[in-house]
Order: sequence, then C-alpha cells, then structure tokens
Amino acid sequence: MTQALLEVSNLVKHFAVGGWRGGKAATVRAVDGVSFQITRGETLGLVGESGCGKTTVGRCILQLERPTGGRIVFDGADLTGLAQHDLRAVRRKMQVIFQDPYSSLNPRMTIGEILSEPLKVHRLVPGRAEREARVRELLLQVGLLAQHARRYPHQLSGGQRQRVGIARALAMEPSLIVCDEPVSALDVSIQAQIINLLEDLQARLGLTYLFIAHDLSVVRHISDRVAVMYLGRIMELADRRALYEEPLHPYTRALLSAVPIPDPSLEAGRERVVLRGEVPSPLNPPAGCVFHPRCPLAEARCAASVPGLREIKPGHWAACHLVDPIA
Amino acid sequence: MANMAKLLEVRGLRTSFATAAGLVRAVDGVSWDVHPGETVALVGESGCGKSVSALSVMRLIDPPAGRIEDGAILYKGQDLLSLSEQEMRQVRGREIGMVFQEPMTSLNPVVTIGRQLTEGLELHVKMDSAAARTRAIELLGMVGIPDGERRLSQYPHQFSGGMRQRMMIAMALACRPSLILADEPTTALDVTIQAQILELLRDLSRRFGVAMLIITHNLGVVARYADRVNVMYAGRIIERAAAAALYARPRHPYTLGLLRSVPRLDQPTRERLLPIEGQPPDLTRLPPGCAFAPRCAFRVARCDAEAPSLNEVDGAEHLAACWESSRLAGGARA
Repeated sequence: MTQALLEVSNLVKHFAVGGWRGGKAATVRAVDGVSFQITRGETLGLVGESGCGKTTVGRCILQLERPTGGRIVFDGADLTGLAQHDLRAVRRKMQVIFQDPYSSLNPRMTIGEILSEPLKVHRLVPGRAEREARVRELLLQVGLLAQHARRYPHQLSGGQRQRVGIARALAMEPSLIVCDEPVSALDVSIQAQIINLLEDLQARLGLTYLFIAHDLSVVRHISDRVAVMYLGRIMELADRRALYEEPLHPYTRALLSAVPIPDPSLEAGRERVVLRGEVPSPLNPPAGCVFHPRCPLAEARCAASVPGLREIKPGHWAACHLVDPIA
Repeated sequence: MANMAKLLEVRGLRTSFATAAGLVRAVDGVSWDVHPGETVALVGESGCGKSVSALSVMRLIDPPAGRIEDGAILYKGQDLLSLSEQEMRQVRGREIGMVFQEPMTSLNPVVTIGRQLTEGLELHVKMDSAAARTRAIELLGMVGIPDGERRLSQYPHQFSGGMRQRMMIAMALACRPSLILADEPTTALDVTIQAQILELLRDLSRRFGVAMLIITHNLGVVARYADRVNVMYAGRIIERAAAAALYARPRHPYTLGLLRSVPRLDQPTRERLLPIEGQPPDLTRLPPGCAFAPRCAFRVARCDAEAPSLNEVDGAEHLAACWESSRLAGGARA
C-alpha cells in the first residue's frame, strides 16, 4: 500500500450528557473504536444513517472535537499530541465542506471578503491586489464568475453557495478535504454539477477526500473505498466495487436494498430487506454486536460478544460473527 | 382508468404569493387529477410548486400574502374553493388525510398521542370517548406501533422520527378518508426507515382502497409507489404519464435530465455524471417563453418566445409541454 495521508486508529469519542442538578449523568458513545486509512489522492466514502457517528469522525479528524481516545495521524504528525500552535499549521492542510453552505457563510460579508479573509489570516497572500487576483482565480476554479466576488451569500442559489464553500476550502491549498454531506441539501439537478466539480478538482489538484454522506448512490459514484458505520462502529470497509457488488455485512445488504431505483420495471421485481425496528440509542447501545437486535440473521453469539472488524478477503473488512474468512 | 369517475380534479389552478421581490406565481395554471384508489405523484425540485399545489387543495394558503387566484378544485364533484371554512374543516381530516415531511412540527408537542388521535374521531365521526380510544389503539397497531394502550398517554417527543411518521399516518387514516396527501413523507427519515414507512403507506392504501397523492423530489420513491406521475417545473406541469412510460420514454428534456443526472445503484459506475446545467429558475423573473429553456439542451428559437402547453405526445395518457418533444421520442434513455 502506498503511504497513507490520514491514519485513524481506534478513535473513540464519548459525550457526557445530563448529570447536572442531581440528574443522572450518561455517556453517548458517538464513536466507539473506529480505524481506517486514506491514501493520498483517494476518496474514502463514509456512509451511515443519522446518529451513526460519521459526522463526529469528521469533526475529530479536523480537531473540532477532542477525541476521547485513539490516534489520528495526518501527514506523519500525530494530531492528538500536538500543541495548539503546531495544530494551526496542520489544520490549514485539512479543510471542510459543510452540508448547508448558507449557514456556513457569513451573511454580512461579500463572497470576495469571505474568500480573501483566510488568505490574510494565514498570511498566504500578502498584498491586497494579489489577494484579489487569487480570489478571482478561486472563483473561476469552482465555476463561478469574477463578478460573484461582489455579491452576498443570499444573492446566490444553493448550488452557487456550495461552490463558494468549495472555493473557501481550496483557498488554503489543503491536501485533505472532509466533505460532510456536501450535496444532500441541493436539488437533484444541481447535485451532479457539484459532484463533477469535486471530481475535477481532485484530478487537477491531487486532493484527498473523506466523503461523508447518507446517499449510497452518490457515495458509490465518487468513492474509491467505502466504510459503512452503524452506532459508532464500522460494520464493513471495502473497495467500492466489492462493497456494492458483494456486500458481506447484513447491515450493508439491508441498506443497499432499501435504496429505491428510479425504474418502475426494476422496482416491481426487486426484493427488499425491510429492517425491523429502529436504530437504538447510542446512550445505551445493545450488548454484543450493536446491529443484532435488527439483524435478520442474528444468533445467540451475536448478543454475547462484539465482533471485531476482520479482513475477510484482501482489502475487504467486516465486523460480523457470521461471515467466514475465505482462505 | 380514463372513464372512471375522478376523485379529485384540479383545473387551471393558479396560486400566487406577494413577496418583497414581487409577485410569485408558485402554481401557474395547473390541472391534474386523482382517480379512486390510485397513487399519483407530483415530482419536482424545491420551488416548483408541488407543495403549494397540495396546500391549495386543502385551502391552507395563508392570506394576505398567499392567494388562490384562479381555478377549480373538484373533490367528488364538489368545488372545494366554494365551501365555507366550516364545511372545509369536514373535508380536512375526514375526507382527505395529510402526512407531512416533518412530523414533529405537525404534531402538537403538549398534547398526548392519544388525544391527538381521538380528537378527530370525536369531532368528525362523532365517536364517544371510549370508542375513540379503542379505535386509536387499533390505529396504532395498524401502523406498527405496538403497546398502543401505553403509547396513548405519551407525548410526541417520546417517539422517534419513524414512530412519529407512523403516528401521522395513523392520524391521516383515522376517519377512513378517500384520499391521503403525503408531502415528502420520508424525506426527513433515514433510508432503512424510509423503506418501512413507504411500504406501510402502500400496504394500507391498498388495503383500504385509499387514493394517494405523493409529493416528492425523489424519482426513486416515485418509481416504486406511483401509478401516474406529474413532473413540475417553475409552477407548471411539464410532463405527465403512467410511471412506467415516464421512466422508459421521458418526452420532456427536464424529465430526461433529472433521470440522467442521478447516479444509480443498478447501473455500472460512470466516469462523470450528466448534470442539468445552469441554476434553478428565479420565480420572480421567469423568462417569457419556456421556463426551462435557459438550461435546456434541446432549446430552439421558439422556446424563448412562446411557452409550450401540455399536449399529448404518445396517446392520451402521456403529455409533455415541449416544442421539441418529438426529438425525444424513440427511447432517449439515459
């Protein structure tokens, strides 16, 4: 394997809730022992339903949350041991694109100001004229026009605002971009524009993406490898092709079969694994395999012990007692 | 299907809103119908007028900003626009049930689940409180909420998102309506819960012969659950067809564009997606001709001058509003 740009090992993030005014304190196990690597230039898709911890993993990597345990090594540096000052330089190399570009852009600043501020703060581009030139370059790079610099966020459409969000991330010349649901707030006809843009930029600038999303079709399109999360843990991790064509984990299979396909003739004959029940609370996750209460195949041992994430085939990992390694 | 009596018929509906940026024709002269027992979809992106269409049917457009300017809404032959507010209340809830996208905002947070279910039964079908209570427990069981007896005394915040949506469905079905309007019923839910709710809606509508109007932006949802589909863009219907025909042989460039732009799990992965270029229309500044023309790959000079009307393109059941729809004939499938 080529050198990993990002290495996450046994990441744990617990949140304490309650416990004031005599109430009972409790712990939300948002992320509970997650490990993966991302190679330079690669896109790793991270999928799962709401509350599975995928966004928290992204926030821990960006050091927006302090992990409870585990290690995050980015470009050779262990972030968990870094002092605030050193963290600043590393952070520039890791940028984020959020789901809702409207709430992440300051409504009182023009697009030009939004894009030039970080250039000034990080002393990337010293002169004012140079900064304006760089802003223009960034706007063109994301498919906007130079005159958009004078507009305010509310004067742009949702798709255009997401382009600004991407330009702002690019301004820092990052090597890793955490894309947290970057297209799910956009209209269908605009989603494809933004996905194509992200792919073009990756090819041109050699970017590495952690692509967090709940839309399995979009994740399949953009990712090289995909990790499926459920209740704070990775259930399955594999090459895009292997994960979608030969899923091993019962949860992955159920997820895939739940995605509707826009073709009535195919849908009519399609078998659907409808999962019973709902996702349990991360305040009180089930013992054993966290998926066992909803799993159509669960056996006694599934409630008794936690299955580890094992490499079943080369590069194909699954956390399930019922999947046997193929020699 | 064509000679069956219509349950709901919307004719030339025009609904507008006065905004700071000018008058917005959210729904601009739209006609569609629903037959008894069938499932019809209104599909389109944000701002296309699909939700305003449903709110107009229920007469839930807030004055003075919003106004139904023109048209007729015939339910079982009677024009809902001519009813008094008192009479309209009998239609809402009793004749036509509603399921909204965000169940938390449409349930009353300080009233128990039980009271919210029994209120309609006592009001609309004059049940006494004991009968209403029995019916409420039965309804909860029907939508897959076990232990109804205990659930009746709980509040909406004690339910998960999926349970709340089940509760909405129970409320919509309570008075045995003939029609359910479901506005993005699963958009706020996770994909495995989405599947549960959609299968439930379909099973119940079949079992009780209830017609459904599903409003959604998700073409996948429509493929599995709708008999007929209306595609909307900028306040108008731009294509209407039986679901099978619409997906196999779309005749409007916008429908074709939507179908092509989404990555699909059943197809091999592609190098690049095929988006619809440009931005969604600004409803305060619509072009004089076809609203989709600025983004359309099939655009000709006429498109900028004259808006096409919805015409038959392949038999009486398949209509499209496009000057160039004949160029899309012959399976322009993605």
